[in-house]
Amino acid sequence: MKDLNRGTCLLEMKGIDKTFPGVKALDQVELRLESGTIHALMGENGAGKSTLMKCLFGIYRADAGEILVEGRPVHFSGPKEAMEGGVSMVHQELNQVLKRSVMENIWLGRFPKRCGFVSHREMFGRTKAIFDELGIDLNPRSIIGNLSVSQRQMVEIAKAVSYNAKILVLDEPTSSLTNEEVEHLFRIINKLRADGVGIIYISHRMEEILKISDRVTIMRDGRWIGTESASDLTVDKIIKMMVGRDLTHRFPPKTNTPGEDLLVVRELSGMYSPTCQDVSFTLRKGEILGVAGLVGSRRTELLETIFGIARHSKGTISKNGMPINNRNSSDAIRNGFAMLTEERRATGIFAGLDVMFNSVIANINSYKRYGFLSGKRMSEDTKWVIDSLKVKTPSRNTYIRNLSGGNQQKVIIGRWLLTDPDVLLLDEPTRGIDVGAKAEIYQLIINLAAEGKGIIVVSSEMPELLGISDKIMVMSGGRLAGILDIAAATQEEIMRLAAKYV
Amino acid sequence: MTDLPGSPKWNEWLLNYSLYIILGVLIIAMVVYEPRFLSARNLSNILAQASTRGILALGVAGMIVYTGTDLSAGRILGVSAAISASLLQSVTYASRMYPSITEPLPLVIPLALAILAAIIFCMINAFGFAVLKMHPFIISLGTQLIAYGALCLYIDSQTNGAQPLASLDPRYIRVVNGSFDLGFMNLPYLVIYLAICSVIMWVIWNKTTLGKNMFAVGGNPEAAAVSGVNVTRNIFGVYFVAGILYGIAAFLEAGRVQSVTTATGLNYELDAISGCVIGGVSFTGGVGTIPGVLIGVIILQVINYSLYFLGVNAYYQYIIKGLIIILAVAIDVRKYIAKK
Repeated sequence: MKDLNRGTCLLEMKGIDKTFPGVKALDQVELRLESGTIHALMGENGAGKSTLMKCLFGIYRADAGEILVEGRPVHFSGPKEAMEGGVSMVHQELNQVLKRSVMENIWLGRFPKRCGFVSHREMFGRTKAIFDELGIDLNPRSIIGNLSVSQRQMVEIAKAVSYNAKILVLDEPTSSLTNEEVEHLFRIINKLRADGVGIIYISHRMEEILKISDRVTIMRDGRWIGTESASDLTVDKIIKMMVGRDLTHRFPPKTNTPGEDLLVVRELSGMYSPTCQDVSFTLRKGEILGVAGLVGSRRTELLETIFGIARHSKGTISKNGMPINNRNSSDAIRNGFAMLTEERRATGIFAGLDVMFNSVIANINSYKRYGFLSGKRMSEDTKWVIDSLKVKTPSRNTYIRNLSGGNQQKVIIGRWLLTDPDVLLLDEPTRGIDVGAKAEIYQLIINLAAEGKGIIVVSSEMPELLGISDKIMVMSGGRLAGILDIAAATQEEIMRLAAKYV
Repeated sequence: MTDLPGSPKWNEWLLNYSLYIILGVLIIAMVVYEPRFLSARNLSNILAQASTRGILALGVAGMIVYTGTDLSAGRILGVSAAISASLLQSVTYASRMYPSITEPLPLVIPLALAILAAIIFCMINAFGFAVLKMHPFIISLGTQLIAYGALCLYIDSQTNGAQPLASLDPRYIRVVNGSFDLGFMNLPYLVIYLAICSVIMWVIWNKTTLGKNMFAVGGNPEAAAVSGVNVTRNIFGVYFVAGILYGIAAFLEAGRVQSVTTATGLNYELDAISGCVIGGVSFTGGVGTIPGVLIGVIILQVINYSLYFLGVNAYYQYIIKGLIIILAVAIDVRKYIAKK
């Protein structure tokens, strides 16, 4: 792709730092984008790609560093201002007004007007012109909600073009597209590149990146690792750069020993996509099964399907050799399952209620005496949760929102332990928790396994999975990509499997 | 729902139109049962009765598009109706509220004051919703009571004590209740007023930034804000328009019933809300059309009128209307449910 438009520096991000409470999300990150090039941005979950983009768009304010667009320093206040400054982003989760038309979504906030009234004819014409230019075959009057994801993405790209974007960020644009749709998308992207647009392309698909991009920047743990020409890279080299960290984290010694089979899952598939498909595995008593995968690999959906809060379309689950069918969470609890949800604030804690309520709520039926709840027994159990999990709280009547993230998480784990489960499904149990509390949660998980419970841990932190699991199951694109014994598991192998079906 | 392989398309179609189908069948059954129902006079009565509720519903519809609602619409109508009626009592009527008015006022003054009063209440609602971030249900529950209190105080403040504001200026009654003779039927002026309001509202919803942005804010507030829509200003705009509509509806309603009491406007918002929901203005936000609102209001009025025509006990009428609202919302929610 030789072109006159190519080569001038469009965007320079220098020495970007961003710290969140307890985490250094970005540490001296560099990014340089030239016009007429496709620049891939790669890294594991949590490597800092999204945070970096949010700093560019002014959603976050960087603590340090400089952002230059065409040599001029910029401080965008938000996506709208960035768009007007020629910097657009197509998010993975498309933020569109689903019930309105394609053209209205494109021109929202700046409808073309004639005599004070919105001119549909002009809006249609302008939209059509952009579609024709990009080779998009869509009716501007279609309702967005009726379109496929790939068509909706193209609408977002057209929107960026309508703002005369010089810099376009695509966040995992191909994660839910068919091969044909990917080809179409690439044609559009290449057309933009030929017009001199600089494209930042975030993706996990290695082959795709090597095929389409000119340059590749790799990030890991919030740091810039390197920027290379795509032609100098191979899949293996990329993986090495992405995961090539030293495993210096300390994990508590493993005291659990897996015993006989506890949970056997065969060809489990969810009903409503996106979901997991044909997942089979066996969990033994006293075993910690780590589940690795990229965002969108449907690990959460797998847990939800096992727990019965998402419907399954096929597959069987048996526990201790007996077939079980969890149709809802009450069934699951009765069958000895417990599930710690991923979003602690949204679906875990009852923020405005106290530690006692948060401890006993999943087990509330067992406190009934003559139809009324026994305050004494609830207090006893709450005390057990606080003492045995070492929850740091002034009292059982403290609002849970006043505890630290780690202590909130302990209360929720305690809540589930009160239901006396045999199988614990833990979805990102250490997310947003400081280092000290993480170590305590690891110890707790290992102790529970040592007591003979079967534990499934979904985590996006590879060192964590390698540190506490007995086996690691890797999901990719909703399917099971492989199960690794801990002795054989390496970060490179996990990464390779995680990218298998994306 | 669309992910289910082999799910036939007519399923969806049936769901989308099920309410119209059910209500259509009910009306046909009514006509078969009582053919006399199908007369020009009944039709013109139904349309006239639907007019003031329809104008009210045009205002409420915008709030439903925001996933909100307005419980205060009926009582606001009461206040504005009292203002119009009190200023337009016959100057020959001895116990009129304002004995100092000895020359008939131009109609436009009471109309303007009725609109102004309604706008003030709507601005309180808009402030609560847009600025204080209250749910429209709660803020309008509050203004509903405030408006009712204000209405009672106003009617109570008459020198001759609380009595209905009646004996209205004949010009006023003529302007509101007159009709064109089309030969085969009378076309009430009220229907014309509804039609004018509807056309203007259609233009606002479809041809102005105010309307377009309203759908965006209702459908996805975040996407709207990110695209540079001033959400607060949009909400105030939509409530302002609603205030104008409430004022017009009140002015017409007072002239239509020719007597305003503390009960005027009671539960009108419920008819307006049910009309909107029956007409496809979804409580899930961002969806609705002006023709839909009109069809909904008219269907509801047909049912009201036919129950009345059949001599159904008024208490049963409440039960039937309640069931229709529940049915309408149950179907509406099913359309947009996300399955897991």
